[in-house]
Amino acid sequence: MTILILLISVSLVIAILFLLSFLWSMKHGQFNDTYGPAARMLFDDKKKKHE
Amino acid sequence: MVETTVEKETEESLSCFHCGQPVRDSHVMLDNRYFCCRGCQTVYQILNDNNLCDYYQYEKHPGSTQNQSAGDFTFLDEPSIRKKILIFESADYAKAEFFVPAIHCISCLWLLENIQKICGGVIKSEVNFSAKRVTITYHPQQVALSAIANAMQVIGYPPQINLDTQPNKVTFNKSLIAKIAIAGFAFGNIMLLSFPEYLGMENNGGELNRLFSYLILALSVPVTFYSGNDYFINAWKSFKQKQLNIDVPIAIGLAALFLRSSYDIITHTGPGYMDSLSGLVFFLLIGRWFQDKTFESLAFDRDYQSYFPLSVQKRIAEGYKAILVLDLAPQDVIQIRNMEVIPTDAELLSDEACIDYSFVTGEARPSKVKKGETVFAGGRLLGTPVLLEVIKKTSQSHLTSLWNNEAFQKPKESKYKKIIDYAAQRFTWAVLLLTIVTGIFWYQHDREQMWLVITSVLMVACPCALALAAPFTYGNMMRKLGRFGLYLKNADVIERLAKADTIIFDKTGTITFGNAHIAWKGFAEEDELLNIQAITASSTHPLSMLIAKSLQSDSSITIEKIVEKPGKGIEAYVNGVVYQIGSADFVGTIKPTLQQASYVFVGINNEVRGYFEITTFIRSGLQQLISKLRNFTLGLLSGDNESDLKRMQTFFGKAAEMRFNQSPHDKLAYIQTLQNHHKTVVMLGDGLNDSGALKQSDIGIAVTDDTGVFTPACDGILQGDKLQYLDKIILLAKKSTRILKVAFAISFFYNIIALSFAVSGLLTPLVAAILMPISSVSVVGFATLAVNITSNKILKETS
Repeated sequence: MTILILLISVSLVIAILFLLSFLWSMKHGQFNDTYGPAARMLFDDKKKKHE
Repeated sequence: MVETTVEKETEESLSCFHCGQPVRDSHVMLDNRYFCCRGCQTVYQILNDNNLCDYYQYEKHPGSTQNQSAGDFTFLDEPSIRKKILIFESADYAKAEFFVPAIHCISCLWLLENIQKICGGVIKSEVNFSAKRVTITYHPQQVALSAIANAMQVIGYPPQINLDTQPNKVTFNKSLIAKIAIAGFAFGNIMLLSFPEYLGMENNGGELNRLFSYLILALSVPVTFYSGNDYFINAWKSFKQKQLNIDVPIAIGLAALFLRSSYDIITHTGPGYMDSLSGLVFFLLIGRWFQDKTFESLAFDRDYQSYFPLSVQKRIAEGYKAILVLDLAPQDVIQIRNMEVIPTDAELLSDEACIDYSFVTGEARPSKVKKGETVFAGGRLLGTPVLLEVIKKTSQSHLTSLWNNEAFQKPKESKYKKIIDYAAQRFTWAVLLLTIVTGIFWYQHDREQMWLVITSVLMVACPCALALAAPFTYGNMMRKLGRFGLYLKNADVIERLAKADTIIFDKTGTITFGNAHIAWKGFAEEDELLNIQAITASSTHPLSMLIAKSLQSDSSITIEKIVEKPGKGIEAYVNGVVYQIGSADFVGTIKPTLQQASYVFVGINNEVRGYFEITTFIRSGLQQLISKLRNFTLGLLSGDNESDLKRMQTFFGKAAEMRFNQSPHDKLAYIQTLQNHHKTVVMLGDGLNDSGALKQSDIGIAVTDDTGVFTPACDGILQGDKLQYLDKIILLAKKSTRILKVAFAISFFYNIIALSFAVSGLLTPLVAAILMPISSVSVVGFATLAVNITSNKILKETS
């Protein structure tokens, strides 16, 4: 049964890390624009061709 | 003969390559591409020269029409003004943020983020699409801020800089999202840790169960004290104001759940109800978020500050200097140019000025002001630049004094009692009564069980489903209406709209609207039309101005004599020929018996030559709308003079109250009078002159043809072409309220079941964990489905 205690504490710690990373990313404006990044991804990067 | 109708061509060749507008003059072309105007062609040329034609790849016709007059951004180079725009500034690095209302598609995003290719010195440009804001990082020594703003204007994305411009506006409620994240996280984990309990695995190992219980208790602490803290705070506030709202029973329920569960866990008497608690908080917060999530890029709280300019040219010893409008002091001399807004009440120093007050007063006709007379803040100068001497500071001007009215002092929401509050009140009293009765019963029969039963009753009485019904019903309806063209400030507006019994319209800009279509029906030589243009251009009558704008002009024409007869027309002599332009009587003919158009007749040398037909001067479909609104008290408030009274009477009928020459203050007062007679008033308006009325009314709706431009503070923004469906919108609001009441009934039904468990002392954690989510889910599901079906049915008839 001790292995269960270990596993549960590990899973909780990982879950809390994810929660904290979400809160951190939100605080730093990752979700301020929910449309732009999706569209930006589709732009062709033409720099190399012209130079 | 001059042909005024444009020949119809195929759709493809007709639209401008840049903006998609129909092409009238097929000479404007470059690289085999047609453009509607020189402006669009110039933008294309610039993009082409800078290898930026990918702009046209992402979206078809991404540009916007280049018809706005060019603004001058040199004031941005004044350090005191620049400070308002900049987020960060050092010797070789600066960061500025602009609001660009023209952003609307992927191409816009792409072009603005490649602005460094046009404007050297820009390091990086980043677009926040939802907020329509562009953050630009640049070398202040290589490029001036005004040059960047100019470059943006040249490519069709002029930044909007107003008195209330300020960087770093937060567009959404971050702490609410954090609360939801924490509640959701705890909810999931607590359910996972409760699994042994759900499956009845208690006997396998008491140690492990105890550990799980303590973990659950630890997880529920942030849920109760952080995620749920608003409910306790609001309940305490309403308790102090001696009003019961929905937060009171919720707070009681949450407190009961937390205390009872903690007690159970610490004393090892049971597993507790923490899964229900965290689930409850999670669902409630999602409901709040759903209700608050509104249209980010629209502003509903604008006052005069977002209409007024940020800076103005002040005369100093050596020429002019741009200064902040807020720093203007009496006796300052300022210069105002064509199409600029006058920022404060001032005395005219130049000989003459023509000022358009239509946005401020509703008066359609520009007024001529002579030297020494006062011009008022908010007016827009037409014509040559003038000098003004400031009389009052901006904040004390005649117009801005409107914002000192008490209607602007407190938020509208606080004045209304919502259906949910009525329901919550009765619900709370009923639950308290039930708790006392149950408590007495168990006291007499089984004293040990009494506290357990009492806490159970308080726990399941937590009106979670009840609290979710309104956000989801109104929130869904708000989104539906948003797709339809009515953008509401928040979901509560729908409830107020359902109760409306009086509808008041503004005239200029709401019923009538700017872009009139002018057709010349008759015959005239080309030079005669040029003369007509010259004559009408010298008059300030709204119809004359429309005609003058629609014709080609020739500045070499001199008018020998001109007489303007009010209410009739203009008589003028050019090269000895007499022109009569005006009403049918004035020219000496009979009016065509058509409706919904204005006619201006033209006679040359006493011979009737034809008429200008000015159509779509009134929004289409309005006649039908008025006839469908028979059950409402209708009214018209206009800042304009009574010249339109007859035409408006044919629309509204004799019964409707019509008031002309109304100042912004008069409009507010009239709405107040109606409300004192217990009317629920919907006000539809568009300009600053309606601001007071929109704010005072129960539901203030701003009508606009372009949601990017200024709209006064309001509860909702309605697209101009959707005004004709106002009856449907009100019908939908009424249906929503009915749906809400059914949702309430469903939630009461579940509460009664849960209470019967609680009263009889049979509420186990498992029963609670099943009943509470089911009630919430079924209420949310019903509300969403019912709103979708109803709105689809009603809105389908409009398309």
